[in-house]
Amino acid sequence: MIAFLLAQTIAIAGGTVYPASGPKLANATVLIRDGRIAAVGTNVSVPSDATRIDATGKWVTPGLIDGAGQLGLVEISAVPGTREAILQGDSIAAAFNVTEGINPASTLIPVTRIEGITTALAVPAGHLVSGQAVLIDLDGATIEQMLVKSPVGVVADLSESGKDEAGASRAESADRLRRVFRDALEYERRKADFGRAQMRPLAASAADLEALLPVVHGREPLIAVANRRSDIETALRLAREFKLKLVLSGGAEAWEIAPELAAAGVPVLVEPLDNIPSYDALGIRYENAALLAKAGVSVALLETNTHNSRDLRQQAGNAVSYGMTWDQALRAVTLTPAQIFGVADRYGSLEAGKVANVVVWSGDPFEFTTGVEHVLIRGKEIPLKSRQTELFERYKKLPPAY
Amino acid sequence: MRQAWSLLLAFTGACASAGARTAQQPASPVAAPPPSPAVPAAESTSVNRPQYPSTYQRHPNPPVLIRNATIMTATGQEIPNGAILFKDGRIVAVGGGAKVDAPADAVVVDGTGRYVTPGLIDDHSHLGVYAAPATDAESDGNEATNPVTAEVWAEHSFWPQDPQIPLAIAGGITTIQALPGSANLIGGRSAILKLIPARTVQEMKFPGAHYGLKMACGENPKRVYGKKGGPSTRMGNMAGYRAAFIQAESYRRRWDTWNKDHKGDPPERNLRLESLVEVLRGNMYVQNHCYRADEMAQMLDLAREFGFKIRSFHHAVESYKIADLIAKAGTSVSVWADWWGFKEEAMDGIQQNAALNQQAGGRPVIHSDDPSGIQRLNQEAAKAMYAGQRSGIPVTRDQAIRWVTANPAWTLGLDSIVGTLEPGKMADLVVWSGDPFSVYSKAVQVYNDGWLVYDRKDPAHQPRTDFEIGQVPAPGSDR
Repeated sequence: MIAFLLAQTIAIAGGTVYPASGPKLANATVLIRDGRIAAVGTNVSVPSDATRIDATGKWVTPGLIDGAGQLGLVEISAVPGTREAILQGDSIAAAFNVTEGINPASTLIPVTRIEGITTALAVPAGHLVSGQAVLIDLDGATIEQMLVKSPVGVVADLSESGKDEAGASRAESADRLRRVFRDALEYERRKADFGRAQMRPLAASAADLEALLPVVHGREPLIAVANRRSDIETALRLAREFKLKLVLSGGAEAWEIAPELAAAGVPVLVEPLDNIPSYDALGIRYENAALLAKAGVSVALLETNTHNSRDLRQQAGNAVSYGMTWDQALRAVTLTPAQIFGVADRYGSLEAGKVANVVVWSGDPFEFTTGVEHVLIRGKEIPLKSRQTELFERYKKLPPAY
Repeated sequence: MRQAWSLLLAFTGACASAGARTAQQPASPVAAPPPSPAVPAAESTSVNRPQYPSTYQRHPNPPVLIRNATIMTATGQEIPNGAILFKDGRIVAVGGGAKVDAPADAVVVDGTGRYVTPGLIDDHSHLGVYAAPATDAESDGNEATNPVTAEVWAEHSFWPQDPQIPLAIAGGITTIQALPGSANLIGGRSAILKLIPARTVQEMKFPGAHYGLKMACGENPKRVYGKKGGPSTRMGNMAGYRAAFIQAESYRRRWDTWNKDHKGDPPERNLRLESLVEVLRGNMYVQNHCYRADEMAQMLDLAREFGFKIRSFHHAVESYKIADLIAKAGTSVSVWADWWGFKEEAMDGIQQNAALNQQAGGRPVIHSDDPSGIQRLNQEAAKAMYAGQRSGIPVTRDQAIRWVTANPAWTLGLDSIVGTLEPGKMADLVVWSGDPFSVYSKAVQVYNDGWLVYDRKDPAHQPRTDFEIGQVPAPGSDR
């Protein structure tokens, strides 16, 4: 599926490489050929025709992955014509796949990728079942060129916002989902009857039930938004009943049941810098990510503000500040989200054979002092330009030369 | 989306409130009153009576000597291995470690590896007026019933038990300006507050502070009133401000005439116009929510038309485009490090905005407008400083720390009292675990007027609001 343009050989040499899949390598080389990582190590022979990027004194990491937001799906939050992530009407929108709403020409994409975010989940929002999230690389002239995986999972909202869609009770949210999951299985068994209109009315449209089949068969995750502990436990209950592959998103009070989540093998997508109490999340706290990681839960870190997805590294730095180890935090923005989204065979670490999404930083990627020096997406070096850098160039001396 | 929606739904806004300048100083049993800013000779607006006066009192605290720390004074100095002594709420001495002696009763804090800065000041907050949880019941920031509501005062909405307050204190904030939102052209008076645990807002009111008047340009007022009688356009916004100040001029003349001899009945009081007259008299500072460069230029002309000053343009995402004009006008800009794109007038935000204003001779402030961002203004200043430096703009560490200390002190008219670490200044300061411009540093101690109001290592100094009791886990708790 992945298109590799501009095949070439590139050697990023001399830097300290943090592969995310293992310990750091000093004075190492990342060799990239035809968009893939060909070799990583301290003893890599560089072909004479390779383009060389000198990374001496620099830090080299996988491109960061933000598992949240609407990159490509929103241009200006307040302008409805530029928003594509929320389907109107249907409270069960499982068949809604956001892919064709993606705008490869969005100005947010260069703004984000030149700060080291190379891959992002484009997430539908709203309703009880919001739709299908897809994973995109932040480069490409067409949607097809950007797409990494579609769908990654179906998003359901068991939090306060989702219950408003379901009928204003959490109990109804859970029950509605149960009926929908049951009817998906029933629909699958009796497609012929359905076709002859010999079935009772179903809990959702045929297209939505069809879209849920990979979820109820555990092949594709249900990405459940839940913050209150009881809502998280409801998600776990549903997952047990239907043998779902569950991914929690939000998870504000997940720290309270971290051992249970670890035992159930349920990963959690957490925004570290979120501690404002609401009635949906009175137990929200900065230490959430660290406490989950310590208990052995698979944690990916988020920056949910789409326009500032670039602040994912600030989120990660603060997760460290509140108790994650640095290595855990790096994995939580690279390899762990790749695993959670089912693309770790291709993404998330600097290992031979993986897609060459690589960032060269002037130092610790989580520190404010650090700037991005090189970004490669699928082995292609990205010019460090965006609409914002161009506005700066225009106005750095006043008056501007119009 | 958290941030974007708060902006869209809550309508950020400028606010300013002028305290009555009579009978404002509390009688303090424990200390001399804090120093006051120079206030213009009392020129009665219309009444001469206490109006919701501050009852702030300094909390008793023994003298404190912090030594072996790096002291960032916000006056151009970064003193390695330095010491700072404060007593009775005032800074007594700042300098190289050997030069500062402690009185016998002083608490001595070892600051090895730590940094000390002035207490951070957020000149754009909605704490207390948009309290958490963010329910309709706690939504008290926009009196969106009329495009001009200069008569409302943010302090009359402010909820001292907002659980966001202790979070901001733990981020090193010692003073805030709590502003009405930006739904209205003129949204009302701000509340300038010591950020301390208190039962009443009066106990938090910064004695002698200049009220601010929140004004708002652009999209928000015209969106809110476009289908409710207007304004529905930016030209309508301008006409609205002008009409209000024309009324205020007339009101001011009526009172000036009556004040000459107090003959006959005084003119009828008008709370809306009282606030505006305070602006015309220079006693109340205009805090102007305004994004686009061309609109800020219009607002500077509006201020010239009526003879007042705009103290600061808030948000000002396009201020870098006219940084020279703004600096020349003596107006500050209160900006984010990197917010952009949540609405059309925010599309041209760039990370070098603060740095470019600094370069142009302006007085930038990093503000939060956000209950989350207020907890890490130091980080936001760091982002903006390094973004500038990486682009070749020579922003110094001292300038950047002033973005969150001395400069917002100036926008609130408190720069003679707080915002720097100098002998005689109020002892508002933060001890950081490391360089405050590092993502890994946290406030470990916060002193407000000499009072240890927060200590990360001591639960006895971690204030909690009533709201949190029994509902929200205590800091460090595993519940």
